[in-house]
Amino acid sequence: MRGITKRFGPVVANDRVDFSLRPGEIHALLGENGAGKTTLMRILYGLYRADEGQIIVEGQPARIASPKDAIGLGIGMVTQHFALVPPLTVAENVVLGYTDGFRVDPARVRAQVQEAAARFGLEIAAGALVSHLSVGERQRVEILKALYRNARVLILDEPTAVLIPQEVDTLFATLRRLCADGLSVVFISHKLKEVMAISDRVTALRDGKLVGTVDTAQTAPAQLARMMVGRETFGVARQGERTPGEPVLQIERLGADDDRGLSMLKNVTLSIEAGEILSVAGVGGNGQRELAETLCGVRRPRAGRILVNGQDLTAARPHEFTAAGVGRIPEDRHAGAVGELTVAENLALEHLGEFTRGGVLNREAILSNAAALIAQFQIKARPTDRARTLSGGNLQKLLLARVLSRQPCVVIAPQPTRGLDIGATEYVRNELLAQRERGAAVLLISEDLDEILALSDRIAVIYEGEIVGVAPAREADVETLGLMMAGATREGARVREAV
Amino acid sequence: MNAFVVNLIAAMLRVATPLLLAAVGETFAERAGVLNLGIEGTMFFAAFLGFFVADATGSLWIGLLAAIISGVLAGLLMALLSVTLGVNQHVSGLGITLLLTGLALFAFRLRYGGRSTPPAIPPFPLLDPLPNVPILGNILQQYLLTYVAFLVVAPVAWWLLYRTSFGLNVRAVGENPEAADAAGVNVFRIRYLALGIGGGLMAAGGAFLSLSQLGAFTHGIVAGRGWVAIALVIFGNWHPIKVMLGALIFGGTFALQLRLQAIGLQLPIPYESFLALPYIVTLVALVLAGRNASYPAALLKPYRRE
Repeated sequence: MRGITKRFGPVVANDRVDFSLRPGEIHALLGENGAGKTTLMRILYGLYRADEGQIIVEGQPARIASPKDAIGLGIGMVTQHFALVPPLTVAENVVLGYTDGFRVDPARVRAQVQEAAARFGLEIAAGALVSHLSVGERQRVEILKALYRNARVLILDEPTAVLIPQEVDTLFATLRRLCADGLSVVFISHKLKEVMAISDRVTALRDGKLVGTVDTAQTAPAQLARMMVGRETFGVARQGERTPGEPVLQIERLGADDDRGLSMLKNVTLSIEAGEILSVAGVGGNGQRELAETLCGVRRPRAGRILVNGQDLTAARPHEFTAAGVGRIPEDRHAGAVGELTVAENLALEHLGEFTRGGVLNREAILSNAAALIAQFQIKARPTDRARTLSGGNLQKLLLARVLSRQPCVVIAPQPTRGLDIGATEYVRNELLAQRERGAAVLLISEDLDEILALSDRIAVIYEGEIVGVAPAREADVETLGLMMAGATREGARVREAV
Repeated sequence: MNAFVVNLIAAMLRVATPLLLAAVGETFAERAGVLNLGIEGTMFFAAFLGFFVADATGSLWIGLLAAIISGVLAGLLMALLSVTLGVNQHVSGLGITLLLTGLALFAFRLRYGGRSTPPAIPPFPLLDPLPNVPILGNILQQYLLTYVAFLVVAPVAWWLLYRTSFGLNVRAVGENPEAADAAGVNVFRIRYLALGIGGGLMAAGGAFLSLSQLGAFTHGIVAGRGWVAIALVIFGNWHPIKVMLGALIFGGTFALQLRLQAIGLQLPIPYESFLALPYIVTLVALVLAGRNASYPAALLKPYRRE
């Protein structure tokens, strides 16, 4: 790819980027969120069209206007949000858009796909419905889909973001084997450790511009970090150990149902002290959302008790939680703010009672409140901007400002840095640490183990709605956590019990 | 088996025919991700056009063909609005229904306005394949379109949706157009095709009313059958064979209430309650089936690449 430029309105997502891929190599494309990695690869796969530049495939200039063209040239892509149709079977997903002839005989297609899976060494049941598969299995379906179309170039967009450590190992082994057979892989990531582990070469992008391409063997994580963010070190760490405080948030044998009315949370018992960050680690969909929602009154518990400073808040309403000093940073930040309202209105929204007199909004108070919070939380926006125009990082700052300015004694933070770039992530993490310093009890729910290890005092692992273990952070290691997240320890314990 | 039950079954099939045709048409549209609320207008216009063309040319077949073509065009208009232009599907569908209903009434007025007696044509005859077999023979006295609807349209629709690449594409496009697009399926073309086929089937259902059942065109000829068809699609969980079952249940109840009225039972309730019976049954069935309904995930959502 030569001189690729792509603009979205006034934003230049790719600015004259060059990128080359050799046969049989794993080439990491490194950069922060918004650096233009995905955009560049979406252009290669025909999902976007470049404004300038050209693509050359095996010496020939190529015109790629749609994924169909890309597939024809032997290019396959596994996007971050899987492009699968859940109600269809694995086999149907694999042959979708690539069927031989008009008739589709389910049995024959299943056999063909099963045979292909065996040929590429991917362990998949071709007849299974995709909706029944785990995330790791879905990823294998995506890879098989690309290989089934005779892909010689495979683009993987943040493939490890959704996997547990053991699944990552499996994926890496698969990629190495496929590359030994001549496949070329583009590996999009912002995780240095993985890039160092899997890639042959690394190309770094920053703010849509090419920073450079290096051989992985001749580089070090620090150099890659500098290429990616423009400075050598980044990240946050806790300051010192903590003296035990009073338990502020106590959860006793809590149970709750999911949206389908099936039992999701089972017997969750946790206690968080003042000045402590307790993290809940786990693969997404194991009850994290239900836990966070139950702890702020959005979801009704089915069993158990919730105590805040000794006050029983079981089955209380959201405003009662707020009044008791529970601050919740919404998990979906777009659902937590009203896009069509202004920044100032959003900042006042949860406490409108304080900004009204006789039912009439006090605009001046709302605006001055907003101005103060914008300054305090470094939100890059004017009070009168509509919330939907804010970037993800600024929107999250807005929500932090709304919650944390109340000085809550309990902070519930589900996935607070998901989808944020490194700068905003660091900001959010520092803010959580500041809450800990202030003496708040912080419940951090995250799927990012690095984040959890960096911030927590104690780590609890959730698996299928149960807390399968709690350990002090300094005693935890990635391997054990990964096994617990995959349910291995619990099943191990069960086996022991049975014996 | 007495005559009452035999007649009831025969009537059930007759009443179910236009519903089945329309509901299978709607199934195609919705499976591809487009709720086509133009169904009622498409049926009404087709009922008129079929009658008008048959009257003008003297050929019921040409009338039927013209009606089906008008339905395909109405489906493509829906596609233009909702797929290409991304107009809200409720708005564009209801717009098409209003447009086609108004157009049909206007044209009917222009052509037949001055008459004192409503115009009529000889309709399609009933087929009688087994004239000498007592019970079955009576039940099988049906219009050709009824045979086509039950023995051809519904099974072929099932086959198309579940056994062909076209059907796989339709189902994928209605569930996850991004995935289908990334897999190299032309989302727009599939939706145009599904809406075109669906419109043609809806029109066949409308034309059945004027060309087979009545041999005439009246203002109340469709009488909400399009909306019932939409309910049947949900009841049938977007599966042609289950939709057929739903059409039979509705047809059976409708036929039953007609007979209950005719019997003249001395009941202390007005006869209009019988008229409402099929709709009440539909509502109840919908409430029961609707709880487990798995809507095509992309229904109502226009697809845009960026």
